Amino acid sequence: MFIEPFANNEFLRISLVAGILVAITCAIAGTFVVLRGLAFIGDALAHGVLPGIATAMLLGVSGVVGAAVGSLVMMAGVSVVSRRFRLSGDTAIGLLFVGMLALGVMITSRSRTFVGDLSRILFGELLGVNTSDLVLQLVALVIVGVVAFIARRPFLLLCVDEGLAKTSGFSSRLFHNLMLTIVAVTVIASFQTVGTLLVLGMLIAPSATGALFARRISTMIFIAALVGSISTYVGLLISYHYDLAAGASIVLTTVLIFAIAATYTEIKKAIAKNSHEEHEHPHSHAGSHIR
Amino acid sequence: MSSSAEFTIKTEHLAVGYSKFPIVSDISLSMQPGELLVLIGTNGSGKSTILKTMAGLLQPINGQLKILGSAAGSLPKRVAYLPQHPVSTHTLPLRVRDVVAMGRFAHLGLFKKPTTHDNQIVDNSMHLTGIGSQANNPIRDLSGGQQQRTHLAQVLTRQAEVLLLDEPTAGLDINGRKLVAELIASERARGVTVVMATHELQDAENANTVMLLAQRVVSIGAPEDALRDEYLRECFGFTQPH
Repeated sequence: MFIEPFANNEFLRISLVAGILVAITCAIAGTFVVLRGLAFIGDALAHGVLPGIATAMLLGVSGVVGAAVGSLVMMAGVSVVSRRFRLSGDTAIGLLFVGMLALGVMITSRSRTFVGDLSRILFGELLGVNTSDLVLQLVALVIVGVVAFIARRPFLLLCVDEGLAKTSGFSSRLFHNLMLTIVAVTVIASFQTVGTLLVLGMLIAPSATGALFARRISTMIFIAALVGSISTYVGLLISYHYDLAAGASIVLTTVLIFAIAATYTEIKKAIAKNSHEEHEHPHSHAGSHIR
Repeated sequence: MSSSAEFTIKTEHLAVGYSKFPIVSDISLSMQPGELLVLIGTNGSGKSTILKTMAGLLQPINGQLKILGSAAGSLPKRVAYLPQHPVSTHTLPLRVRDVVAMGRFAHLGLFKKPTTHDNQIVDNSMHLTGIGSQANNPIRDLSGGQQQRTHLAQVLTRQAEVLLLDEPTAGLDINGRKLVAELIASERARGVTVVMATHELQDAENANTVMLLAQRVVSIGAPEDALRDEYLRECFGFTQPH
């Protein structure tokens, strides 16, 4: 029941490997998304690639190229709108987010297979992944991993405070853009497996779970990768046995794991608080009996 | 310590502010190694704006500003800045030691590995600020005062020649305030120039120069001159009890 589906089905095995590669890539990029509070721009990047992919599909070009162009337009647009028009970052992101999403849906609606195409872009097609997709995912993982390792110090400073990064001799603009680039690379490489809508779940939920337990950034990335990989395995099993959408099953599993982890930490905190209070006032209960 | 410059900090008719709108104008001063400049004023008086400009986070609107003979913000290894509210760390999964060690990043850059010497500096800074016993605890579990001590330790870890401290005693109890005064005295003794923003008049006791601010320079000079009753009345609306 737990191993057999993967042993007997090559498509499922490839899907599992692809999902784990996505999980590890998302764990690295997602950790910085969560710590620097970039969830909204991550969401916008995930949707900003939609018109690029849709145009590429209509022109018969690789969706990856379209996604790359879409994310570049999105990143440049956010930068220009927030600087030139003195709007807050999230207003600029929101404007471009809905604009790009609407443009993507309009372009896709020109296709004769509109619903199928849109669904494939938004939710991915994990069970349709082939070996060339795996290679692309592996390349993305190496790029994201190497950049995050080299830039770990300025990234960490940026997560604390932009001013601290700048006064430590690192260009906050350069490393902020580099951080956005690794998020964009993750989105571009992951859209075929989990889709542009669900990749955000893989970016945020496992890293948020890691943040609950970790005392170090490296531990947070490790926990996020573990949660993402376990969710991929569990989600694929659920999808196989109950004939449900694979990408959605995986992302829902990551969110459920976060919910369980958050409940556990809250209960643990409450118990610790109670035992601390009892330690501070050991006789208060006995005193009430005497009175 | 700073043989390359005659003055560690020198300003001439400096105007500071945001987006070309000056908050404080015509600041002229010069400081030498080991001196303490205390900026005093109410909220919004321009203290933090001056410090941010000296740290290189804001561009001077007008006039000249040289730190150790160079433009502000160009010598990260030699100038350390403690912001007013060093936030965010309380949500991050970081140990106290990791936050303090971030003070060495200016020296390490992207690729250098921390040496035994770097680790000793980190340990010593934690010891000096009284948080050595918390080194392996998550910073988010510490009290506000302990977090402030952690950020102070991070600034000391830079081993800078100029310290820019924006309300370093904020959130600290009496012992903490005493500790900050002792740390500043020991840094000055080894030739470090310190600029500190504060609301507290008693922080000016040991200063070489005090600048009283109210969106302009009300007074500047030795404490006994700059804190005269007429200036305090103008700045705060009251005078010191004698």
